[in-house]
Amino acid sequence: MNFGHIGADFRVVARSYFRNPVALFFSLIFPIILIALFGLIFSSTGTSAVNLVVLNEDHNSATSVEFLSALNQTTLVTVQVVNVTPSDFASWLGQNDYAAGLVIPAGFNASYHAGSPVNVTLYTDPQDASSAGQVEFAVTGVANRFNLDRACGSGTCTPVIGVTGANVGSAIYTYIDYLIPGLIGFSILTSPMFSMVDVASSYRKEGIFRQLSLTPLTRAEWLTSRVLWYVLLTFVTAGIMIAAGAFLFGAHVIVGVQLIPFLVVGPFLFVSLGMLAGSVARTPESAALIGNIITFPMMFLSGTFFPVSSFPSGLQDFARILPLYYVIDGMNQVMLFANTGRALTDLVIVLAIALVFFGLAIRLFKWRDE
Amino acid sequence: MADAIEVRGLVKRYGSLAAVAGIDFHVAPGTVFAFLGPNGAGKTTTTEILEGLRRATEGSVSVLGLDPWTEGTALHRRIGVIPQDFRFFEKITPQEAIEYYRSLFHTRPDPTELLARVELADKSSARFDTLSGGQKQKLGLALSLTNDPEVCFLDEPTTGLDPHARRSIWTVIRQLRREGRTVFLTTHYLEEAEQLADQVAIIHHGRIIAAGTPREIIEKYGRPERLRVKAGPEVAALLTSRLGLVATADHGEVDVELRSKEDAVRALGAIDGSGLPWDGFETVRDSLEDVFVRLVGQMDEGALRSGGGP
Repeated sequence: MNFGHIGADFRVVARSYFRNPVALFFSLIFPIILIALFGLIFSSTGTSAVNLVVLNEDHNSATSVEFLSALNQTTLVTVQVVNVTPSDFASWLGQNDYAAGLVIPAGFNASYHAGSPVNVTLYTDPQDASSAGQVEFAVTGVANRFNLDRACGSGTCTPVIGVTGANVGSAIYTYIDYLIPGLIGFSILTSPMFSMVDVASSYRKEGIFRQLSLTPLTRAEWLTSRVLWYVLLTFVTAGIMIAAGAFLFGAHVIVGVQLIPFLVVGPFLFVSLGMLAGSVARTPESAALIGNIITFPMMFLSGTFFPVSSFPSGLQDFARILPLYYVIDGMNQVMLFANTGRALTDLVIVLAIALVFFGLAIRLFKWRDE
Repeated sequence: MADAIEVRGLVKRYGSLAAVAGIDFHVAPGTVFAFLGPNGAGKTTTTEILEGLRRATEGSVSVLGLDPWTEGTALHRRIGVIPQDFRFFEKITPQEAIEYYRSLFHTRPDPTELLARVELADKSSARFDTLSGGQKQKLGLALSLTNDPEVCFLDEPTTGLDPHARRSIWTVIRQLRREGRTVFLTTHYLEEAEQLADQVAIIHHGRIIAAGTPREIIEKYGRPERLRVKAGPEVAALLTSRLGLVATADHGEVDVELRSKEDAVRALGAIDGSGLPWDGFETVRDSLEDVFVRLVGQMDEGALRSGGGP
């Protein structure tokens, strides 16, 4: 591997890029437009039952069990009681992809019967607005019914059970914060994929690969310079998105060194995959088709715009075979939940896939013909 | 001195189709070798095998003593190639393209000088996609010289160029020869080969049907020198009947085959003395193009039984 060759090719790529207004628009301006659009618009999704994770600190007291049973009967939520004692339940929910959680405090049963006010805490995912609304509707509805029952029984009309709202992940996060890692992932996917699929097929058709094969530049050096270029571009794009999110919508995600590996390995993966897709195609038209078949499902099913936890279970399983899922999940973990452990697992998966794709791309894309 | 290029029994098959069907030739160092043939004859396939871009099916190929397929990396540092219809990164200027190649080859030619040499200095800052076809070919030629090559492969470098651009590339090719470089030129402009080449080989249907210097080929396969007189068919009849010369009339011209200088004198005397109308004369010889057209035409008609050469 000759770094002088890589540097020379990198300069050519950079010059070509900066002289291409379309490429500049899609890399630098389009992400801002996406941030602005999705920041302003909340989408609405279906009304199937939402999984509600419950931490019952009242140890299965009669009232708490009855409260949860009533929640199940609404059919708006499916109660799942967990037996964990996390220090930060909100973060724990986020780290485990749960969109909604409920904490029933200790003494809930006693307070209810004594007529002392007691609050359950409801955690929802602001990125998943429709699910949040559905869960909130169910919990406040059941709480009101319990308050009404008790009022009739005791002859007073003072509400006893209150609902305190909180967000999954952390109380300070908003939808735009969840959107930023997803859109950075979107950029990591689309920019190298579409470009490399096109380059792989058109350079072959135009004879540019043959021309390059007559120089000392190797295929690995050429592909490495592309990876480096898209890594640089990803850093710039991510910076723009984070800044735009903060400036336009007051976003405040965690930006630390843990993010850097994803901004490096992500483009590495998708440059390689794009090259691989372009190499197996015989014509630029079929290359574009293959590229779209690979890219579009990943674009929408990897948690880019919508949380994977809001998908039907079959679709969630499908999402977990998509490489971009691990890129976005890893960035969610480091930018929202500060969960380095799970991020590291995601990173290892992304790196392994990237190495496989890079190896295959080098093997399958040819400078010259037999 | 060893040959710069040596080809023995070269065959290239694509399935059942033999694009190159067993050819032999060699190119001496410091010479211009023109490889001629109609479209689809096997020129480009042969050239790409010599450049290491395709693998031969059978036979042996050596360029500067190296096997182009297995020793391509070493070979490519010593050869320059300009392919047909040269393409490059669209947004890159000629100056930047040469700097790029300099970095890859670790050579230090002056980009300005190199561009001036191919008459492209005034376009050094223009992006590739704004260059004309001729200017693009000139850039390809400049890039092929970046590594100071010993052998230059020029695959139809002047196709589609205007006469001025073509002549300027001819000038560069002559200069390359003067510098002692070997030039392997494919072209279907016969005049180009006649002007530039020391040796010529004509390939058709994957076989070499003629080889030698342009003069040798013309003398071997061309028709005898002719006297061409502007006159009607009655003059042709006169020369045939009175002097026994082979004369043919066509479109107001009579061609008389000359066996000797005396035939010309006798024919002109007979015409002048006959009182028949005539208007001027010239002597004509077959050009390489005439020979090429006749050889290819004959082969297509089945007149030639190919077997590596007539």
